[in-house]
Amino acid sequence: MSVLELTNISKHFGAIQAVNDVSLSIEAGQVVGLMGDNGAGKSTLVKMIAGNFPPSHGTMQMDGKDLILHKPVEARQHGIEIVHQDLALCNNLTAAANVYLGRELRRGIGPFRILDYAAMYKRAGQIFAELKSETRPRDLVKQMSGGQRQAVAIARTMLSQAKIVLMDEPTAAISVRQVAEVLNLIRHLRDQGIAVVLISHRMPDVFDVADRVIVMRRGRKVADKTIASSSPEEVTGLITGAIEQV
Amino acid sequence: MAVTLDQTIAQKQHTLLSRVFASQTFWVVIAVILACLFLSVATDSFATTKNLYNITRNVTFVAIVALGMTFVIITGGIDLSVGSVLCLCSMVLAVTMHAGYGIEVGIAAAIATALIIGAFNGILIAYLGFPPFVVTLGMLSIARSLAMVASNNTVIFQFGPDHDKLLALGGGAWVFGIANPVLYTILLALITGFVLRWTKFGRHIFAIGGNEHAATLTGVPVRQIKVAVYMISALAAGVAGIIQTGWLGAVTTNLGNGMELQVIAATVIGGANLAGGMGTAFGAVVGAALIEVIRNSLGLLGINAFWQGTFIGGAILMAVLFDRLRNFRRNE
Repeated sequence: MSVLELTNISKHFGAIQAVNDVSLSIEAGQVVGLMGDNGAGKSTLVKMIAGNFPPSHGTMQMDGKDLILHKPVEARQHGIEIVHQDLALCNNLTAAANVYLGRELRRGIGPFRILDYAAMYKRAGQIFAELKSETRPRDLVKQMSGGQRQAVAIARTMLSQAKIVLMDEPTAAISVRQVAEVLNLIRHLRDQGIAVVLISHRMPDVFDVADRVIVMRRGRKVADKTIASSSPEEVTGLITGAIEQV
Repeated sequence: MAVTLDQTIAQKQHTLLSRVFASQTFWVVIAVILACLFLSVATDSFATTKNLYNITRNVTFVAIVALGMTFVIITGGIDLSVGSVLCLCSMVLAVTMHAGYGIEVGIAAAIATALIIGAFNGILIAYLGFPPFVVTLGMLSIARSLAMVASNNTVIFQFGPDHDKLLALGGGAWVFGIANPVLYTILLALITGFVLRWTKFGRHIFAIGGNEHAATLTGVPVRQIKVAVYMISALAAGVAGIIQTGWLGAVTTNLGNGMELQVIAATVIGGANLAGGMGTAFGAVVGAALIEVIRNSLGLLGINAFWQGTFIGGAILMAVLFDRLRNFRRNE
């Protein structure tokens, strides 16, 4: 059974049709590459799954149950985690504080609860070790490299038992070595049975790590096929419109 | 020996001492202490019980309001209305008590006024997207005008049946001869420090100042928190107004005039960053102390009072200069 199922999803902003009648399903333990040119509707689609705004038409189902989201927090409660393109980090806070932002650990009784710094540092450190990233939980994010910042953003998705992780251009602004690290991390998530949606412009990354590729153009889904049965040339053609649909 | 990944992750980059030396607040404390030592030697009148009593008490009004302002400034906002809100709350207290109500009713009315104004500011800023500068500038004008309306622009110096209680509240010294306002300030500073460092609310305030968009995306209730910080700021102004009324024993409609600038100066000198994301309770109090020591010392040294603004302005620039120098070094 699929983890996430979208049926005839559309979204328009006034007269602009951003996403038009898109249906797709995502299986557990599968990496899906979501590709398309700027303005193809990828981000809008992802934002609906993330609970940033509701679809104008169509339904979303998770594990066979209807999924209606009003806020990003609700998506998270359903096990949907997002790594935003700008990473959504606060430079003035420590790595651990960023990892736990919005779901801080506290200790104490009833209303008298204080932040549990020790537990947050400890768990954040464990996650960074698991990610094989040299990131210190106590350091300010301000002082960190691109790869470390990426690790902080990705560490967030590992706090709870996520079912599906959406990654918006995770390899766009980092070094070659760090790209390899991020791709390894995606495989690591997949091996745990998590579904990963990888939004990317980088053809090699998608063909390296994804099991399936979905291509969008002008708000419509124009292809949805396994990586094995496709090729970078075909996908490029689909993105630009040289190939109409497959 | 090879360093393992776990060791790297567990490493602490900063010791307690290096953090202390790197903080602007620390250097401001040093400046305050040096100034006090210098004045004790240079003048006969500085280190007298009476003068110290005066200084500590005068610090408190700016310090209490600065504590509230710290919350707003950490979120990246600003509250220009505090001086006028202080005046309005004092006036509400005075008018209520003058009309024959008890001190409890008067204080409740003043606090309610502060909270309503804070909520009004906060809702316009958080939900309707007004710039904080504009909203609170408007409120600066509105609150002072309402104070004039409430009192018909007269001086109130009779506070009904609980007159003496109010004066004792603000002007007394109940514990070890320390002026009451000083005790309130210490208490409020401790509460503020605790909230900023140890609560989820405090953490979220810093997150909003650091990256509001990120805070929203990670599920921080940004709007509610923004309303709350403007309510806290107005509440601090209201509390300071109540205490100041008790100390002065009279309320005029120019009470707290121009105070917002002193308060903002105190928080900035104490290490808060107007761009948001930085600030401490201790810093706000120390900043207020430095301003008051400068003010006091100019008088004692016989320097013309017109120079006051120059020295206080200089202190603001010096404090920020230290911060810039530290950043230059880091960027190189």
